[in-house]
Amino acid sequence: MSPLLEVDDLRVHFETEDGLVKAVDGVSFSVEKGKVLGIVGESGSGKSVSMLTVMGLSRSRNARISGAARFDGQDLIQASAEDLRDLRGNDVAMIFQDPLSSLHPFYKVGRQLVEAIQAHKYVNKSEAKERAIEFLGMVGIPDPRRRFDNYPHEFSGGMRQRAMIAMALVNEPRLLIADEPTTALDVTVQAQILDLIARLQTELEMAVILITHDLGVVAEVTDHIGVMYAGRIVEHADKRDIFRAPEHPYTWGLLQSIPRLDRPRDEPLVPIPGRPPSLITLPTGCNFHPRCPYVRPRHREVDPRLEPVPEDPAHRVACLLPSETRKRLWQELSAGKAPEEARAEIVEGGLA
Amino acid sequence: MSEALVEVRDVVKHFPITSGIVLQKQVGAVHAVDGVSFDVLRGETLGIVGETGCGKSTTARLITRLLQPTSGTVSFEGRDISHMGRSEIKPLRKEMQMIFQDPYSSLNPRKTVGSIIAEPFKIHGLKEGTGERKRAVQQLMEQVGLNPEHFNRYPHEFSGGQRQRIGVARAIALQPKLIIADEPVSALDVSIQAQILNLLRDLQRDLGITLVLIAHDLSVVRHMCDRVAVMYLGKIVELADSETLYTRPRHPYTGVLLSAVPVPDPELTAARRRQIPGGDVPSPTNPPPACRFHPRCPKVQQICREDEPLLSPKDSGALTACHFPLTDNEAAERLGTAEHA
Repeated sequence: MSPLLEVDDLRVHFETEDGLVKAVDGVSFSVEKGKVLGIVGESGSGKSVSMLTVMGLSRSRNARISGAARFDGQDLIQASAEDLRDLRGNDVAMIFQDPLSSLHPFYKVGRQLVEAIQAHKYVNKSEAKERAIEFLGMVGIPDPRRRFDNYPHEFSGGMRQRAMIAMALVNEPRLLIADEPTTALDVTVQAQILDLIARLQTELEMAVILITHDLGVVAEVTDHIGVMYAGRIVEHADKRDIFRAPEHPYTWGLLQSIPRLDRPRDEPLVPIPGRPPSLITLPTGCNFHPRCPYVRPRHREVDPRLEPVPEDPAHRVACLLPSETRKRLWQELSAGKAPEEARAEIVEGGLA
Repeated sequence: MSEALVEVRDVVKHFPITSGIVLQKQVGAVHAVDGVSFDVLRGETLGIVGETGCGKSTTARLITRLLQPTSGTVSFEGRDISHMGRSEIKPLRKEMQMIFQDPYSSLNPRKTVGSIIAEPFKIHGLKEGTGERKRAVQQLMEQVGLNPEHFNRYPHEFSGGQRQRIGVARAIALQPKLIIADEPVSALDVSIQAQILNLLRDLQRDLGITLVLIAHDLSVVRHMCDRVAVMYLGKIVELADSETLYTRPRHPYTGVLLSAVPVPDPELTAARRRQIPGGDVPSPTNPPPACRFHPRCPKVQQICREDEPLLSPKDSGALTACHFPLTDNEAAERLGTAEHA
């Protein structure tokens, strides 16, 4: 089956007074119908910019965009503004992080939903209203008929996010892009929203791209996961592999630096040293090398490509260490060894 | 070790809601904190968790007397501070410091880092000599992992993690007995959070500071704290040592919270039985009568609507305010640790 969305070598650079910001620097991934792709990364890793670009929302005079994003065969990077306008909110919909600033405070929630419907479908007002109420009910807003006439400020944070989801889904998109949809919410509301997205995803057979910094959230709802760092995808694999057999040192760093409910309480946190690089002056060689405990001299010069792990073509990693070494390193790390110890034993030992 | 540094007794904080512009009259009150009692023991790390609006930040501000309680008392080292005047409380402020959530807005952008960290000395008239003060500041910067050469820089020249280190340096400057950290890492990136958590933990051990950690992230609280209080709508619903709370929760709300935390382990996620109540947390202006969790509780019975449960010891060793606490089996289902599904 050919994928619904196929992004190929996407680059988004912004010209600024300080220099060229390489926000997205060669990103490729694909999503199939009915699947959920998780994109994990920290602030500035390029996860949001790549999605905005796919939606045609990052076009501006100082943006240099190259590569392709084929949605059902049509390249969204080359598409005209009118074609994109037809597509957005119709075949492809997006949910943003902050539900308060994404709803217009002046207009009633119901009216905003009706507008979303009538922008794409020739239906009269009362039909649109019925459909809006149906979707408000579907996302779990109690008493949707009455709530239709509320203003956004009369909704709680969780309800606003539900309303946003209803608005995104009201035209039954084939692809839903959710950018940190639960970050602003409390854990119990987050759980409700994640359950809702998972349920609607199966019911409507949508493809979903979920952007988040929370590894727990991707573990809950995704099928595949891409880990982004400094404008690139550094590891891409099936959900199980990312958590059971990760092969990129950055992924290890993420997994070991968060306190987890499923681990012993006194297990020490292993922070990733340093901080993400400036996107204007990216490090030479591997982007991650200044923070990587396992760096070899060669890694400062050679830029790694995202390549499949020997025995698993679906698991791709951009790391210059041999896969064998990476597997042994992760084994040692998950057994509780500190990165320096593991390095001394395997990386340096292996060289001798 | 088990001596109390802070004793909080029946503390209530209501914020009045007024209407009218010239002739204001009170039309209601937000019951932010509604009768909480607990001790903070010397040398421990106490966590306070709960969702938005449960009163955890208000509680923090009541302990440090940034807010005055509507009723009830807060004692610090045996002295009631809840009704002290300005001049009386000032010397005590040296003993308690706060670390705030947002490292961007909690540092004055027009002051150098050196003078931000020296501010506590200035206020309390300590380390008067310029050379002495500068040395003290640089030593503090070193202690929290900042380059002491950077004392003349401004906050905007630092990253979020570094700014939070500045906040920590300012908080430990006067060698306080108590530090209250209100969501100290929630504004930081994942890879930076661990750096700050490790720093707080090391400082707390080395300096013997008592730490109250307020957070909504249950994994962070579990990692850092000896004891944890769970708050819901202005009340403490469960108070227990960390191990007990996270392995044998007794209050249904604690169970809900624990089952809602996303765990980065796909198999465990699948094994958990999640029971998330529908709807939202009720408004604190008009909290439900009797047990405040009853409209959303999966184990609700008639008595829960009529009679308010008080914090009382349960078989796990926790103090729980519930008529029908969770059993070990129910707790295991929610945590995903049940052997047989």
